[in-house]
Amino acid sequence: MRVEALVKKRKYNVIFFAVLLILTLTSIVLTEFDAAKGITSIPRAIRWATSNFYPDIKSLEKIPRIWIKLRETIFLSIAATTMAAICAAFLALLGSKTTRVNRLLGAASRGISSIFRNIPLTAWALILLLSFGQSSLTGFFALFFFNFGFLARAFVDTIDEVSSDGVEALQAAGATYFQIIFQAVIPTCLPQMISWILFMIETNIRSATLIGILTGTGIGFIFELYYKSFQYHVASLVVIFIIISVLVIEFISNYVRRVIL
Amino acid sequence: MNLLEVTNLSKQYGHDLLALQNISFSVQNGEFVAVIGPSGAGKSTLLRCINRMIDPTDGEVVFDGVQMSKLKKNELRMQRRKIGMIFQHYNLVSRLTVIENVLHGRLGYKSTFAGIVSHYGKDEKKQAFEIIEMLGLTEQVYKRCDQLSGGQKQRVGIARALIQNPRMMLCDEPIASLDPSASKVIMDYLRNISTKLGITCLVNLHQVDVALNYADRIIGVNKGKIVYDGPPNLTPEEVYMIYGSAAGDLIFDVGGQHAS
Repeated sequence: MRVEALVKKRKYNVIFFAVLLILTLTSIVLTEFDAAKGITSIPRAIRWATSNFYPDIKSLEKIPRIWIKLRETIFLSIAATTMAAICAAFLALLGSKTTRVNRLLGAASRGISSIFRNIPLTAWALILLLSFGQSSLTGFFALFFFNFGFLARAFVDTIDEVSSDGVEALQAAGATYFQIIFQAVIPTCLPQMISWILFMIETNIRSATLIGILTGTGIGFIFELYYKSFQYHVASLVVIFIIISVLVIEFISNYVRRVIL
Repeated sequence: MNLLEVTNLSKQYGHDLLALQNISFSVQNGEFVAVIGPSGAGKSTLLRCINRMIDPTDGEVVFDGVQMSKLKKNELRMQRRKIGMIFQHYNLVSRLTVIENVLHGRLGYKSTFAGIVSHYGKDEKKQAFEIIEMLGLTEQVYKRCDQLSGGQKQRVGIARALIQNPRMMLCDEPIASLDPSASKVIMDYLRNISTKLGITCLVNLHQVDVALNYADRIIGVNKGKIVYDGPPNLTPEEVYMIYGSAAGDLIFDVGGQHAS
């Protein structure tokens, strides 16, 4: 019996990898992707990058301009995330099994969060571009909507995972709904929620670059500006600034996480 | 008069899973009743149907002269204040301190706003400290609950239930996650609560020997039905009947020891 099960399991493994291989091969054929050419062009790309894509002395003059735009992007990310987090928290309370008011509202809330989350960030930016034009408002709302959906989902999971025990006890003691939220749900979930918010701020600074290219604002805009005007040295400096700021924010959020968790 | 009267209680999950079938029993004021039976027999469901943490499919629960199934949301809250509940996993808000957790037992008596901002009266705090002292937790009062041992956490759970000034305690496997010495401490406290404070206790237990040692009365549950209801001197045959023949000699020995 057991041996049969093992043989069966191995059979499934073989089938899985065979299917994966077939899928890969068909995708390569369909997209006319030349794997050999792809790999051989990597050295060429590196050669180009090392000869052009590095900051030179002259590009350092642009630091103040880059800094202004970078600051704009960072603050935009923080603002969008925190605003989204507040709205997401309310949606999550309605969507969580532990704290939902009734099944219908619960399903509706999870549906809303799913829609906002599953529309990609770039799609949000393009949609909003139509109504807000090329302004930082577009970037803000794109980040806001996407974060709202994502954080609502993360918060629902957090609430269900960590607070159901305490909630049950307070219900049994005759506490009211809002007492339970403030005395059991918030104290247990807050650290993890903050951790999610920090994670989202990090992610946002990365995606804000792309959003900036689309909406013509922030660090993304300035990167595109220098890149398209062939000033590769300055463009590389912008990339370095983005990497540094992401690392710094990651460091800060790791520190905060260590303290609160 | 009986404090608790359960008649023809049934609970069905989905289409065919009958967790409880026609359960009827009554509990007198001050009684210490142990509910025993194999895992999945419906002990937890039975306990939760009493304070309507789970809504029964059929049947009636009358507690302290009030029909539980007829209660509206707010009336149910009022009624739940009279029933303390103890959980296997303690169900504390582990990031809060002992005193904060104990005072949670008072939330049912407070306005929503006072509860949200943790505004407790002087006498409530005094009572909390008295109960904490009684349970030997004075040194831990300001410690966070995630720093306590299992036995200490369960004592916080008992304190939180006691501060409700309950008529009855529902204890769902209170010692299932504890080592033997902590288990004894907890069972002694529960026994004391019943004897000295006259609070009725309905305790789900896995350990037959513990049940026989502490309870005034045993209710044996198997597959959602009551198969034994009587004094705590079960014969090995009766233990077999509750746990089914598959339970083997282990329970037989234990049951036999205490029956003799």
